[in-house]
Amino acid sequence: MSTSVGEWRQHYLNAGYSVRSWLLTTDHKRIAILYLASITLFFLLGGVLAGLLRLELLTPHGDLVQAETYNKLFTLHGITMIFFFLIPSIPAVLGNFLVPMMIGARDLAFPRLNLASWYVYVLGGSFTIVAAVTGGVDTGWTFYTPYSSTYANTNVILTALGVFITGFSSILTGLNFIVTIHKMRAPGLTWSRLPLFIWAHYATSLIMVLGTPVLAVTILLVALERGLGIGIFDPVLGGDPVLFQHLFWFYSHPAVYIMILPSMGVVSELIACFSRKRIFGYNVVAFSSLMIAALGFLVWGHHMFVSSQSMYAGMIFSLLSFLVAIPSAIKVFNWTATLYKGSIAYQTPMLYAFGFIGLFTIGGLTGLFLATLAVDVHVHDTYFVVAHFHYIMVGGAIMGYLGGLHFWWPKMTGRMYPEGWARVAAAILFVGFNLTFFPQFILGFLGMPRRYHVYPPEWQILNVLSSAGASILGVGYLLPVIYLLWSLRYGAIAGPNPWGATGLEWQTPSPPPTDNFEKTPVVTEEAYAYSLPEASRG
Amino acid sequence: MAEHPSTLAHQFDDVEQQHEASNLGMWVFLITEIMFFGGVFTLFTVYVSAYPEAFAQGSGHLDLALGTVNTAVLLGSSFTMAMAVRSAQTGRRNGQVVYLLLTMFLGLVFLGIKAVEYLHKFEQHLVPGPNFSFASPLAKNVQLFFSFYFAMTGLHALHMIVGVGILAVLLVQAWRGRYTADYCTPVEVSGLYWHFVDIVWIFLFPFLYLVARHAT
Repeated sequence: MSTSVGEWRQHYLNAGYSVRSWLLTTDHKRIAILYLASITLFFLLGGVLAGLLRLELLTPHGDLVQAETYNKLFTLHGITMIFFFLIPSIPAVLGNFLVPMMIGARDLAFPRLNLASWYVYVLGGSFTIVAAVTGGVDTGWTFYTPYSSTYANTNVILTALGVFITGFSSILTGLNFIVTIHKMRAPGLTWSRLPLFIWAHYATSLIMVLGTPVLAVTILLVALERGLGIGIFDPVLGGDPVLFQHLFWFYSHPAVYIMILPSMGVVSELIACFSRKRIFGYNVVAFSSLMIAALGFLVWGHHMFVSSQSMYAGMIFSLLSFLVAIPSAIKVFNWTATLYKGSIAYQTPMLYAFGFIGLFTIGGLTGLFLATLAVDVHVHDTYFVVAHFHYIMVGGAIMGYLGGLHFWWPKMTGRMYPEGWARVAAAILFVGFNLTFFPQFILGFLGMPRRYHVYPPEWQILNVLSSAGASILGVGYLLPVIYLLWSLRYGAIAGPNPWGATGLEWQTPSPPPTDNFEKTPVVTEEAYAYSLPEASRG
Repeated sequence: MAEHPSTLAHQFDDVEQQHEASNLGMWVFLITEIMFFGGVFTLFTVYVSAYPEAFAQGSGHLDLALGTVNTAVLLGSSFTMAMAVRSAQTGRRNGQVVYLLLTMFLGLVFLGIKAVEYLHKFEQHLVPGPNFSFASPLAKNVQLFFSFYFAMTGLHALHMIVGVGILAVLLVQAWRGRYTADYCTPVEVSGLYWHFVDIVWIFLFPFLYLVARHAT
């Protein structure tokens, strides 16, 4: 790879070319690449499924697929995108690559466990793929009992086991990050000097470690109920299906923060770098990540306002859900304040950061609508909810992921991506995303329920807009896949620090050597010590 | 990195850092385990308060004597495990081997007694599923109790089996004299795991055998 300029230098990519050197690697950077390849495949699969869904919804009638097939399509779309793309996306790729580098370590604390987590992920993914091609599953990604445990005639056990297994990969990743961040920081790198990316990953890891086991045992009980007749959620035996929902959302609401917190960490890095300023209110931005993680565990009941949950529980969950807006808003306000009098450069990663702020704000504010008891009863299980969580998970999490991928691409590969194409792709994505999902807010408010393959003809215009947006979005996602691969061979050679960014990862050559640092670095200053003329420090 | 001892992995600067990281890693793992078992305990607590009568009837069919013996066996195994860790810390090879063997033996005794209990339940048609039968108007809810009994003790037994497997690996290494006063982290963290599995039983036993029995 490093052919054209300079003398040959050993780095993590040319340390070995054999398949074995990749499949048995314990280098966190190589494992990050393994994850990158596998989650991209799952993302493309989930994207194709989304395309089929939008194609079906182009017309009010069930022209393309039948109801049963449609159910399987949206179930697989949800499971693939959530468990096999979004949850591992930033932590397992960027986090894996960057956490040790940002804290000046040679690797994560447990490199073999890290590799094991990838194999566990692949195993869980295989289960799900096998389940999909041998008949699919139609329970929705939520596996609600008693449908999943008693009535569904599809591959629930296999899929549930796939989700169960892949949960352990995220537990192992979280465990590894927590120990690494606690025990392996370079000399001088105190907690208050950590990059916000690290804080975000620390908060994310806490959720992974505390939440995932609860989902694991719940899903396992569903599988046991189907397989062995152990009837823990079976109403016939006096079991309570709503208890399943409680345990499911105890994990799956915090899981949303597993998806968004790392993205927030990325955006903090991007905003600081491309406005050449210290992040405004570093301490509160760092603390707000922990606050989101903690509050995230107290709000699961807002998914269950209409599920026979006590009204008083509903009121408390509603109130607690409003509280999540505080740390989220703290972040948005502080990013905006950072921009103030900054020296802003509109490079591609920064475009994604701007996209994130706008779309996350819309997603977050509509979240407040949904946290309001009375409004939620009206829009529950409609496209309003679908639009809301796609603004968070696609508009927020994936924008952050792509921003981060572009930002650290030169570090990971030693090559620059083509800036012009990348800006065009970012713009296409932004337009396509809004065209896809904004009409869904209106559809939901008009009462269109989610998970149906037919709808009354008066909603066709909005659905056509949404499907048209999805095709634009599809182009927007394909472009980076193409030009990033192209850049591996033809991209301009990136120096060690093409952005002039602070952070230990930029002090190494690109791509970094296997051991990251020749000598353990010593940190003497805060993160984001960007040098600006005194006057513009504000 | 010149004086990197063979027991020190390349990513760590010194033995102490490695030791602390391994210990913290095991503690974090045990926290995930607490959440894992916590989910089932939560469900059980909800149901025991919803169906106290049926759970008392189900619990009445558990073998209190065997359960008590098993509690003693497991507590004993925690003692021998603690002694094995102590032997590792003081670098006494024979002590390690003997105490690890004793711990494995007690673990297997526990699993054996558990198997006998399962067999009795099977013979009495108390295993949930199509063959379940229980002469009581509350039979359905009693079946729910046995669903929990088998799910919870089964998950615990699975952890015991993994634990015995870990001890077997330790035993081989201890036999080869791998663990010294300078390097005994694997024995220590495995000890943490073993004690945790023991503690799960310390909660399971009263929940299933004692509290549910007197729930009414």
